[in-house]
Amino acid sequence: MDIGQLINSILNDPDQVFVLTKAFVVGKFPEGAQPLVSILLSILPILSVFPGLFALTTILERKGLGRIQNRMGPNRVGPFGILQPVADGIKALIKEDVVPRAADKVVHFLAPVVIVIPVIMSYAVLPVGRNMVAIDLDAGLLFFFAVGASTELAVFMAGWSSRNKYSLLGAMRAIGQMISYEIPLILSAITVVMAVGSLSTTSMVDAQAGYYGWLPNWYVFTPWGFAGFLLFLTAATAESNRSPFDIPEGESEIIAGYFVEYSGFKFALFFLGEYLGLFAVSGLAITLFLGGWHAPLPFLEWIPSWCWFFVKLMCFIVLFIWLRGTLPRLRQDQLMNFAWKFMLPLTLINIVVAGIWRFLEPGMLRWAVCAAILAAAYVLLARGLTAARGVAPREYRYAEN
Amino acid sequence: MIPLHYYLIVAAMLFCIGLAGALIRRSAIMVLVGIELMLNAANLNFIAFWRYSPNPDGSQGVMFAIFSIAIAAAEAAVGLALIIALYRHYRSTDVAEEGKKE
Amino acid sequence: MELAFVIIATVTLGGAVAVMSLRHLVHCALALVVTFAGLGAMYLLLSAEFVAFVQLLVYVGAVAILIVFALLLTRSATVEPHQGLLHSKVAGVGIALLAFGTIISALLTSSRFDRTQITAPSLTVRQIGEELMTRYVLPLEVIGLLLTAATIGAVVIAMDERKVADRSKSAEPEHAAEDKHG
Repeated sequence: MDIGQLINSILNDPDQVFVLTKAFVVGKFPEGAQPLVSILLSILPILSVFPGLFALTTILERKGLGRIQNRMGPNRVGPFGILQPVADGIKALIKEDVVPRAADKVVHFLAPVVIVIPVIMSYAVLPVGRNMVAIDLDAGLLFFFAVGASTELAVFMAGWSSRNKYSLLGAMRAIGQMISYEIPLILSAITVVMAVGSLSTTSMVDAQAGYYGWLPNWYVFTPWGFAGFLLFLTAATAESNRSPFDIPEGESEIIAGYFVEYSGFKFALFFLGEYLGLFAVSGLAITLFLGGWHAPLPFLEWIPSWCWFFVKLMCFIVLFIWLRGTLPRLRQDQLMNFAWKFMLPLTLINIVVAGIWRFLEPGMLRWAVCAAILAAAYVLLARGLTAARGVAPREYRYAEN
Repeated sequence: MIPLHYYLIVAAMLFCIGLAGALIRRSAIMVLVGIELMLNAANLNFIAFWRYSPNPDGSQGVMFAIFSIAIAAAEAAVGLALIIALYRHYRSTDVAEEGKKE
Repeated sequence: MELAFVIIATVTLGGAVAVMSLRHLVHCALALVVTFAGLGAMYLLLSAEFVAFVQLLVYVGAVAILIVFALLLTRSATVEPHQGLLHSKVAGVGIALLAFGTIISALLTSSRFDRTQITAPSLTVRQIGEELMTRYVLPLEVIGLLLTAATIGAVVIAMDERKVADRSKSAEPEHAAEDKHG
């Protein structure tokens, strides 16, 4: 195959541009080196695209938050301040790396590394386009959660090794929160596993192909899928320590939580890890509930599949920035109550509903039954929770004249 | 290809390290950790025997390992809860001292 | 393949030795994570992906965190006192070595373990799921019951009895106060 043929086949099928190019490049190498080159070519895009997206997100977030708070945001470096991430990167690189004298040096050094590497590994099972997944594991979803489990440990390492009370407090808050929300996160993903009958991420995307009329065949458009999606999104927000669940970092209470004693490039690594985690879990939400790389409407299918994945990812990023700009921070006990007394029972009920959905005849009845169970559970749980806490609608008393 | 022997030797070493730790460590938590290591060594044996089994459709080794991991999780939770309750009573997790204080 | 095995075995066993010999207990817990991860890698090498991921999820994600929490809650996150060569230490290592010698001699003298299977038994996640729901459904249910019992038991054991008693005594006035505010 020469360059001309490659261009020809890409023009025939622009969807597969990266897959074809990779096959072309790999073919140019000798037989023995081909597996290695193929692996490298799968890893390199992950290592370049998602950190690039991180840079883009930092500027978007600062700009967006600025707009929400009625100010300009960064606007000095480059046109409209879009080169701000470059300046930030250079600043992080040349800053002094301060390590507290009492700190446990080795653990303190390892923590940022341990936080970034597993997150990058978890991208390996995310299908970003048709035939575009680094490794198509049989147990892909399990791999994603297994790799993500080490984040808690990195947080502990950072918080404990700094020998700072704020660090340790932040780490304990973060671990408590992550453990509590990991359960609803995994349980809400299980509904999709039940529907697909597989743990492989690519087969999940394949199961959501096609359309009912103009409505895409995505799981978010089923009662259990909708509930599962909202639960997953809430748990994912908490897992990635985003506002309104950013208690571990709570700048105004415990400075910056577990990474308060980090500076320079290590601090940047923590930031990178946090944002990459956010993208990864958003990517998983897209894969599980929003049809992966499938187009939302039948007549939009000519747009390449990988475009759709990134469009959906950008929607998630905008949503998270919006949430951060508008929602106040919760308190620790509110957070725990919400996870254990509201989200956990609701995810369990949702699993039952997904089972009912599977065994009822397709039609309106199935819709009505499943939606009714979920709505009743939602109302009852919310009522129970607010009644147990003695919360009532606020009464306003006005001065009588 | 690595023969089955090698995995079994690694498992045996892991088991004995865990055993030594459970016997010599003074902190109750570390004794529990030693027991966890021994359990893990047993799991490694299960998986190794499954991998080298002549039966191509066998699944018992993997199943046993999965169940054993689940039980290990329950064991760790209850064990650590016991240690915390003990700590509240004796203000120490040192297994050598707990008997003496009475 | 051999190189991968040697590296993983070294890391796993090195981690295990560190767990049992380091004096700082938090370092022990972190070394334990290395051992667990090494074992996970070894399961991957043995082509048991599902067990490898379960190992990571349960041991690194749950058991290691539990141990770390227990260390911090019992304030043993400090250095264990140094105590020279004790009789108990010598005896412990002796017993372990004896056990090791026994196992190894049994291993090396028996020809039953001298196997090299080239192709791994095929076991997909789907097959594991089907087996769990058919042949192993009773053990699965029992495990579910056991885990529930263990969770409740752990909570009950670890609950501070004095605090619970205090709370039930002072519960009524607190409610009254809340009513006033509400």
